[in-house]
Amino acid sequence: MPRSAYQRLLGFCGKLAVLLILGFLVLPAAVVTIAAFNDKAILSFPPQAWSLRWFARAIAYQDFRDGFRNGLIVTVWSSTIALVVGAMFAFVLDRYRFRLKTAIEGILLSPLVIPHFTVGLGFLILAAQIGWTRTYAVVIVCHVVLVLPFVLRSVYVSLRNLDQSYELAAASLGAPPLRVLLTITLPLLLPGLVSGWLFAAILSFNEFTASLFVTAQRTQTLPVAMYNYVREFADPSMAALSVMYIVGTAGLIAFANAFLGLGKVLNIEQSR
Amino acid sequence: MAQRAPIAKSDDVAVRFKAVTKRFNKIVALHEVSLAVKRGEFMTLLGPSGCGKTTLLNLAAGFFSPDGGEILIDGERVNDVPTYKREIGMMFQNYALFPHMTVAGNVAYGLRVRHVPKNESDRRVGEALALVKLTGLEDRKPRQLSGGQQQRVALARALVINPTVLLLDEPFSALDKNLRTSMQVELREIQRKLGVTTIFVTHDQSEALSLSDRLAVMLEGRVRQLGTPEEIYRRPCDRFVASFVGDANVLRGRLDRIDGAHVVAIGALLGVATSAPVDLYVRPEHLKVTEASEPCARRGTIVAQVYQGGHVDLFVECMDSSRERLLVRSAGHEAMTRWPVGAQVGISIGTDEGVAFAVV
Repeated sequence: MPRSAYQRLLGFCGKLAVLLILGFLVLPAAVVTIAAFNDKAILSFPPQAWSLRWFARAIAYQDFRDGFRNGLIVTVWSSTIALVVGAMFAFVLDRYRFRLKTAIEGILLSPLVIPHFTVGLGFLILAAQIGWTRTYAVVIVCHVVLVLPFVLRSVYVSLRNLDQSYELAAASLGAPPLRVLLTITLPLLLPGLVSGWLFAAILSFNEFTASLFVTAQRTQTLPVAMYNYVREFADPSMAALSVMYIVGTAGLIAFANAFLGLGKVLNIEQSR
Repeated sequence: MAQRAPIAKSDDVAVRFKAVTKRFNKIVALHEVSLAVKRGEFMTLLGPSGCGKTTLLNLAAGFFSPDGGEILIDGERVNDVPTYKREIGMMFQNYALFPHMTVAGNVAYGLRVRHVPKNESDRRVGEALALVKLTGLEDRKPRQLSGGQQQRVALARALVINPTVLLLDEPFSALDKNLRTSMQVELREIQRKLGVTTIFVTHDQSEALSLSDRLAVMLEGRVRQLGTPEEIYRRPCDRFVASFVGDANVLRGRLDRIDGAHVVAIGALLGVATSAPVDLYVRPEHLKVTEASEPCARRGTIVAQVYQGGHVDLFVECMDSSRERLLVRSAGHEAMTRWPVGAQVGISIGTDEGVAFAVV
């Protein structure tokens, strides 16, 4: 059917709108990436000359190195703890009926109600009470609280999508409950567990607001170190770090995709 | 229908339900159901959805426990025995093949759980796959198989552990018609060969009639009738069974006399005064189309013909005030030309083959 000029105009506008929106989404990342290769010691745009020296500086800068190491420690611990705790909660919520179930579900699944700075401040006060202000423990516990709802949701959705007849079939074949859990349930939930862990890790590694309250000089994570840096300097090493952040996260997701499939990891695909 | 030879060698019972009651919240799914499945028997639970047939099967499997009564497997009370200790083989509606394991891994699962040594396990898996004609597909994943193949894997997986009882939950519902028929024949062959006690749940009455040694017709949590397919088809005990199993024409008439021909009919009609109205249920193949001029039970007009290959279904609208529609099944294909749509015909009834119920 031949399309009228009006329809073609409409189609063109539609495509243009989609392109503009996509462009807008990647605009900050693009600007920062270009700025990272600026030779000058100011965050100007567009750059006059090109260089990789800010990458070298970012990597060499001691606070960033410590921040990266601290961030890794906090991220691995907090997302792993959150995964275990969240998976158990998800199991209980999915499999059992009890009073206040909907209320607990609501609290655990609604992370947006309590702002991060409130969580951070709360833990700072508690940590001061028991003299934990300079420990990793308080940072990790704080991050667990922040990422738990995301892990919980991810595992909960996978559990919901898991056809119970697999477990019943295994039981009918003579497998006791623990064996069913280890050989059937957990392997089938693996994509959900991995995606939950991944979300938690990315969130935790990037978390800034609450971390600002609960970290000390010794335990500050990378975002906090970057904040402290940017208060004194305004050179493109920040931009260089941002580029490394983006590449690192993309690499992590690509890695997960290669092993489990992106659809499964992000829970887009219905589990079969 | 030919009489089946009884296949249970002895009278002993493999699975017995004793006055089993099951409630879900306040809804009663089963009302004191009692049923004994003989060793080696193919027992079908037939009924519309919500009749409790799947609940009864799940109770046998131990997925939940009854609120009242007893369940015995091999003479042993299993009310509180968990599923994994019951030595059952179960086939699910969607087969429930483990997607992360190969065909061989699926079939071997029950053996691995029982710590069967590797070489014996391999041998038994091979035998089970040969039994269902899947040799050579050991290393495939379930999603690489067709529906029929998946079903065979599910059957092999359930049988390889030599279960006391095989439980089948509508296993054919996902297959297309041709495949379904051939899988039914094959399942029955395998079941006979192994002599494994089988409880089969279905809502498909023709499937139930063609496969079972005996069937229990269920409605609203109760067994309405238990018997061989022939008994159920020819001597249904009530209106529900008569109309749910097979096609039936309902003819309103008056009771003339009781001459002791049909036990069930008389049972249903005891206490009914002669000349009281009764409904006669007649199978379509027991009605005969005749010339309108001949003596007959009803007169009517052919309103539709449905050619079914081996037989023809004729729909006849009666001329009397009732305007009831009768279904007449005529073997062969002569009826297509002999009784065209619009023809005035008479209907005669083979009186031996009918069951009457009092009108209440």
